[in-house]
Amino acid sequence: MISVEHLTKCYGDFMAVNDLSFEIAEGHVYGFLGPNGAGKSTTMNIMTGCLSATEGHVKINGHDIFEEPEKAKKLIGYLPEQPPLYMNETPLEYLKFVGEAKGLCGQELKTEIKQVIEQTKLEGVQNRLISKLSKGYKQRVGIAQALLGNPKVIILDEPTVGLDPIQIIEIRDLIKELGKSHTVIFSSHILSEVQAICEKILIINKGRLVAFDEPQNLEKLMAGANEIVFVTEAAAEEVGEILNQMEDLTDWTTDTGENAITTVHVQTPHDDIHSVCRKLFFAFAAREKAILEMTAKKVSLEEVFIELTESEVEKE
Amino acid sequence: MIAVLKHELSNYFHSFTAYVFGAFLLVFVGIGAMLYNIQSAVSNFEYVLNFVSLVLAIIVPILTMRVIAEERKQKTDQLLYSLPITTSQVVIGKFAALLVVYLIPLLLICIYPYVFSQYGDVYLLTSYGSILAFFVMGAALMAVGMFISSLTENQGFAAGIGVSVILLNYYSVSLAEYVSSTAMGSLIALGVLAMLLGIVIIHLTHNENLGWGISLVLVLTMCVTYHFDSTKFEGLLPDIMTKLSLFERFNTFVYGVFDLSAITYFITVIVFFLFLTVQSLEKRRYN
Repeated sequence: MISVEHLTKCYGDFMAVNDLSFEIAEGHVYGFLGPNGAGKSTTMNIMTGCLSATEGHVKINGHDIFEEPEKAKKLIGYLPEQPPLYMNETPLEYLKFVGEAKGLCGQELKTEIKQVIEQTKLEGVQNRLISKLSKGYKQRVGIAQALLGNPKVIILDEPTVGLDPIQIIEIRDLIKELGKSHTVIFSSHILSEVQAICEKILIINKGRLVAFDEPQNLEKLMAGANEIVFVTEAAAEEVGEILNQMEDLTDWTTDTGENAITTVHVQTPHDDIHSVCRKLFFAFAAREKAILEMTAKKVSLEEVFIELTESEVEKE
Repeated sequence: MIAVLKHELSNYFHSFTAYVFGAFLLVFVGIGAMLYNIQSAVSNFEYVLNFVSLVLAIIVPILTMRVIAEERKQKTDQLLYSLPITTSQVVIGKFAALLVVYLIPLLLICIYPYVFSQYGDVYLLTSYGSILAFFVMGAALMAVGMFISSLTENQGFAAGIGVSVILLNYYSVSLAEYVSSTAMGSLIALGVLAMLLGIVIIHLTHNENLGWGISLVLVLTMCVTYHFDSTKFEGLLPDIMTKLSLFERFNTFVYGVFDLSAITYFITVIVFFLFLTVQSLEKRRYN
């Protein structure tokens, strides 16, 4: 659907996007993740033809965005970071203009406008001035504009920034709904949001792609990062003896607290963290040392994100 | 393009701009017609247009200041870039809308010579000829105003620069009489202009080598020409100033000559500045 090849964008000496390449297949919700200034907006602006690239190509369904802009742009609906709205118009007038510019006319235009207004729940405000609308509604008018013309790809740049929690949930539901019939790419720096909606995640940092996978696989990426914390009545030396005989453990630390109770942190690369818990339980049971508490901690996307973006910094 | 045109027109007629522009034009033409045609009983309607042409220096920039500056300020230019329409279509659509806004009061003005002709001898051909020329000259000024609007996101700034550029053009003929007409004076002035051109190019392209390169080539060419034949520079500066004046060309029509070369000049100015506007918008994509 979309292929980005060796994309590079320089602002003077500053490299905003650095040799970025990825392929996006049809019909999923993709999350575009990265810290502030990572080049998310720049990449999206280039993908939608709003900005030129210093080097590289972007192809939408085989149409190069720079060489066949009209064909390529017809396949894309784009909501920039700041919704591009004419404040002195009503949503209806605004959508009419965008629809006409996208080549719709007559009955087709009317039905499409009606449809996107229903989809984005704008019925109540369609005849009010956009300048008088709340931020959430403005954002929806922006999304409605992107949906017009039924584009195959919808690109949303931070669609939930500055909204209240209820609006955020509504927009997320809308994105999920859109994902059923369109390819949706949206950027965010809120990890839980991306985890909740996306089927695939792209993480970029300093203009480079650092990861591109499903959320579950990204968690697996961090080998040895799954952690089990348990509290036992065994002394630290004994814990060491038991753990030394076990497989699948990469590292552990012990901490002896009051009443000779030891807290142990164990790292394991094993995917099935519960099977490791089970082995630990029986190993300690065999020595008649009770495990008093045990928690299995899977690595969160947040940690993956920090690990990936910070390791990038260290390399430099 | 049609979408942009319709959108711009609805914008003008939803706000006061189109009405204020039309009202100002009609008021001044009305005053002119009263002074010349009614009170002094002169049968030439062209003189009224000559009297009103200075008013264009104020009302055209007011009309054109927001055309592109506003889009940049509201960030709606990003919408235009992402829509499946080309930058040229956007610029031409916007310019066509400006022409419609300008044409409406002019159509009303077209009734005046006809009414006057009912009460005496009016040279209708020269009257309508100069109304046509007035339209094309106004269109050229609008193209200039639009280009200035594309350079900034500050509307006030666009209007201010627009007024001063048009006034400078208006008075360039009178000023031409006072500037030095010696060969050396012309050479120095043109050299300064070449440097200014270089600075403008650097500002637009962020390419110092290109800007200074062009200035240097121009200055060197002028120096070499001066060295071999200094008579070519005599009176060159005032000559150029007179030639560039849009208003001076319009005066030919007022004197009763339908000058096709002047119409061609106006159209060239329109095409040139629309082209610059497209480039200025495209440049934002390449910054």
